[in-house]
Parts: sequence; C-alpha cells; structure tokens
Amino acid sequence: LSRIGDELYLEPTESGLSLRTVNSSRSAFASFLFAPLFFQLYEPGIAGPDTELFRCKVHMKSILGVFRSLPSLEKSVGKCLILLKPRASRLVLQLHCKYGVTKTHNLAFQECERLQAVFDTQRCTSRLCAPARVLAEAVVHFPPTLAEVTLGTGPGGKISLQNYVEEEAEPRKTMVTQLWLAEDEFQSVAMAPGSHITFCLKELRGLLSFAEASNLPLTIHFDEPGRPVVFTLDDTVLEVHLVLATLSDLESDSESALTNGASHVPTLSDDFADDLESYMAAMETSEGGSGGPPSP
Amino acid sequence: MRFRAKIVDIACLNHFTRIINTIAKLTKTCILRLTVCKLYFILSDKVANGGASMWCELCQGNFFDEFQMEGVAAEHNEIYLELVPENLSRALKTAQNAKAVKIKLTNKHCPCLRVAVELPSLSSSSRIVTHDIPVGVIPRRMWNDFREPSVPDFDVSIYLPVLKTMKSVVERMKNLSNFIVIEANLSGEMNLKIETDLVSVTTHFKDLGNPPWASEDGCQSSAQGRDLKSMVDVCIDIKKLQQLLAGQQINPTKALCNIVRKRIVHFILLHEEVSLQYFIPAVT
Repeated sequence: LSRIGDELYLEPTESGLSLRTVNSSRSAFASFLFAPLFFQLYEPGIAGPDTELFRCKVHMKSILGVFRSLPSLEKSVGKCLILLKPRASRLVLQLHCKYGVTKTHNLAFQECERLQAVFDTQRCTSRLCAPARVLAEAVVHFPPTLAEVTLGTGPGGKISLQNYVEEEAEPRKTMVTQLWLAEDEFQSVAMAPGSHITFCLKELRGLLSFAEASNLPLTIHFDEPGRPVVFTLDDTVLEVHLVLATLSDLESDSESALTNGASHVPTLSDDFADDLESYMAAMETSEGGSGGPPSP
Repeated sequence: MRFRAKIVDIACLNHFTRIINTIAKLTKTCILRLTVCKLYFILSDKVANGGASMWCELCQGNFFDEFQMEGVAAEHNEIYLELVPENLSRALKTAQNAKAVKIKLTNKHCPCLRVAVELPSLSSSSRIVTHDIPVGVIPRRMWNDFREPSVPDFDVSIYLPVLKTMKSVVERMKNLSNFIVIEANLSGEMNLKIETDLVSVTTHFKDLGNPPWASEDGCQSSAQGRDLKSMVDVCIDIKKLQQLLAGQQINPTKALCNIVRKRIVHFILLHEEVSLQYFIPAVT
C-alpha cells in the first residue's frame, strides 16, 4: 500500500478490517480486507442507528515505521494489538514481544470520509487469471522505471504485454519490448480478440510482490480502454483489490493503437520484409536449430 | 542489407552479454560494424565523448550458432549501425536462461535490431520476448570515420596491475580529485598519482612486466639507450579511467597500456574471444 499512496485509511466493518489507499493523482486505489477470522480477536465497535463505524487515516510513513523490519518482527513479536481511541485521537499499535517487552506506538490520525473507488468486476468483459509467479516473471523484462504497459491479445490466442510508447516520444528512439505468453500459462482466460488495455506498471509491481510472497493467483478484470482495470487476490481471510486508471483510445490515435496493441499487422514489404508470425513459429520449433524464418 | 544471428549456448550468451555490458558502461552510443567474420563496437574520438575512443572486436564464430550477413553491396559486404548499447544490454539482461536468442535487422517503422528471446516456461509453448532496438544505418560514405585507430608511437608499454586492485585504488582517488596521473617505466613499475591543494596520494605498483615489443624498436620516438627506469607520465580524466575499470566485465587474460608522454594512454584488454582497446587523451 505504501508503494501507492501516502496515507493509509483504516475502516473497520462488520466483514472485517479494510486498509485502503489512493495515489495523489487518484489514478490508483488499493484495498486489503482482512476478514474477522484473520484476527485472534476482532471488535469493530458498535455502530448506532445514526453513527457509522469509526474510520480514520494515518500517515503511511508513521505506520510503516512500526512494522519496519519484517525478519525481526517475525522473530521477536508474539502479538500485535491494534486499538482505535477516538476520544484520544490516537491509533494505538501495541507489539507484545519476547522477554516481556511491550512496544506501544501511539499514532495520530485524522477522521476521514469513506475512500472507495467506483468499479464493478462483474461488468468487465475481459478476465485473466494467472499464478502471481507468471506475471512477476513477465514484468521483469521491462525496465523498473517504465510507466505504462499494454496488455493485449495476439496471434494464436497468445497474451501480450508491451511497453507503451507515448506519441510525443520519438518513435525512432525508444526501445519497444514485447512479451508473449501462451494461454495455458494462465488459469483462465476470457479475452475478446483484439482487446487491449494500457495501465501504469509501477503501481502494479507492489501488488505483484505481495501476491508472489503469498503464493496467490492474481485475477485481472478489464473492460474498454479508459475504464479502470482491477487486479484481485483472494483467499479465505483476505480480499485484495487494486484499481488502476487506464488510457483510453482517444488518447492514442488509431496508428499508435496498432503499434501498441497486440495485433501485429505485418507491414509493407521492403528491403527488410518481416513476418512476425512465421518468425515466432520458427522460434518455437527451432530446437535443433532449423535455421531462420523463410526468406522473403 | 540483411542480418540474422542466433545464439543457443548459455555460456556464449553470457559471455556476449558481459561484453555488451562493458561497452554500455563506456559510452552512451556507439557504432556496431558487422562483417562476415567479425563484430566491432566502435567509438570514434569526437569531442562529445571527451575525446576518448574505443575499438572492440570479436569473432562471430565464438558466440553465434548462426550468423548471416549481407552488406550494402557485394564489394562492400559490411553493415555499420549506430545504436545505444544500453538497450542491447537491457534486452539481454533477462535472457540469461533463454533457450535461444535471435538477433535480426528489421525495418518495420524504422530500422531496428530485433532481439527475440525464447524462454523456457511450464506451458506447452515457450515464452517469447522481443525487444526492438532502434538503430541508425550509417551510409557508406561515412565509413571512413570509423577506421581502426592506429597504435600510437608509445613511449612506454606495460602490463596493468590486477584490475580489481587498480579499480578500488582509482575509485578511492576519484573522491579526492578529478584528474589522475598514470606513470610507468620499462622496468615494470607503475604509479597512480593524484594531487590537490590539500593532499597528494600515490600508489606504487611494481613487477608488472613489460610486453616484449616495449623494448624493441616499438619505441621509435625515444632515444637509444633510454633509461629503463625513467617514468613516462600522462594526466587524464579520472572518471574515464574509473568507468573502464569498474564497468569492464571481460575479465581479460592480458591487460596492458601504452603511454605516449603527456598525450594519450591506450588500454588494451585481451581475451581469447574478444579484444577491447580504449584510448583516453591527456587533459589539456
């Protein structure tokens, strides 16, 4: 969550404790919902007829400081108590450690409105589900500083990931990287041919590391370009949503939609006539070095 | 004009990648010259590079399982491309466990070197990553700008100390000064010196050995019976030296330098399969 926003919103609900954040440009929203079963004890408080359950936000940096070193936390902390004290304006985090040591952190909080992104995964026309490892391995081929990436379909039902090159950037100067994954690397694929979506990769990387560490499959829901893309992780006690804004097709004219999109139309023949499909076919069958693709 | 090449051997791929990484650390852009037998990475001594120049040469047969090249014309069977080696380095970085890497010159929207990497995957078909690296095609009339630099009439030629040691010495010196003096003699002794208002530091190396040609008529410009112990020095930009020592991943079997007093130092890193020459001019 800290990779996305500067403030952490805590919202206790009947169905669990929700931790949320949004980035400064409001183009990325993430929420982690921990079910009551995740906790040894869960008391969300009592909501009256006129009052909602108390919610607040804290600075990301202050709460990160409490949970700074994961290895040492695992070694020394037995229990962690999270207590919201509205009247004292304090969020109390108490770590009960070995040897009778108790560390109590009192964080100042601010009251806040409910933070909620508008999205509906049911209405998304395309859905992909893959083990986090596959996506983490895919993303490694793109530079860490890369902003946008386009996910799309390609020949043979393959799924492609390509770095998005802005129109203003000189196309002659930018390196274009494209990755092709076979359908069977995914647990499920429901994508219309020719569909594509462009979003910010940087914001996804944090979630990918979490998913890989927890060994959970990641589901990607998307619709038309311009409508948000939703990444979800699910297990029995945790529900994670990451919602990212996407580039609409209006922002990329039809020419670059072709260059960025997954459908590689072989271009006019010239001195370097180039056929991607047979090239890829030749790549896959070249176990014994059967030479290059057929010459033009 | 066509170019297609393929590497399947992991060790060859790894070695090739390390050479590219070395080039990428030395310069932002360079020329790739392709001939039937060899690849050359060339940086010519324009002012933009701070006057430093580079010539790196490798035999394609040592790296590629397949290599097909057709130059601009039959009598000029070569291709000269301008590219950013960092792009190539990035493309190869995540290919180290690849089943195969293919490089091809293409021209979809503009001339590119397409690096296609076939990666193992748990599924029935491999994962394929393609990187399209934009390149500039150098026209034949400009090829003369990129000829192999001639070995200068040097005053001293000496083998370098262990590069790792030399690197850590230079790195520390870099914090103190922008310039470094390299001096050496024909008795296998080399000093690295820096001098500022506050401090001067000298590191002495001895028993380095001099290459056989150093004592022959290779030193034409020097007088007969020159004192073997007299030092020949040159003052250069320390950053350039540090870039070479820190960035090189060639791990040469032989490393030496030729010094022309107060003019230029010529480093040669030799390996069975690759040779790298780097010229650093003296600061004026």
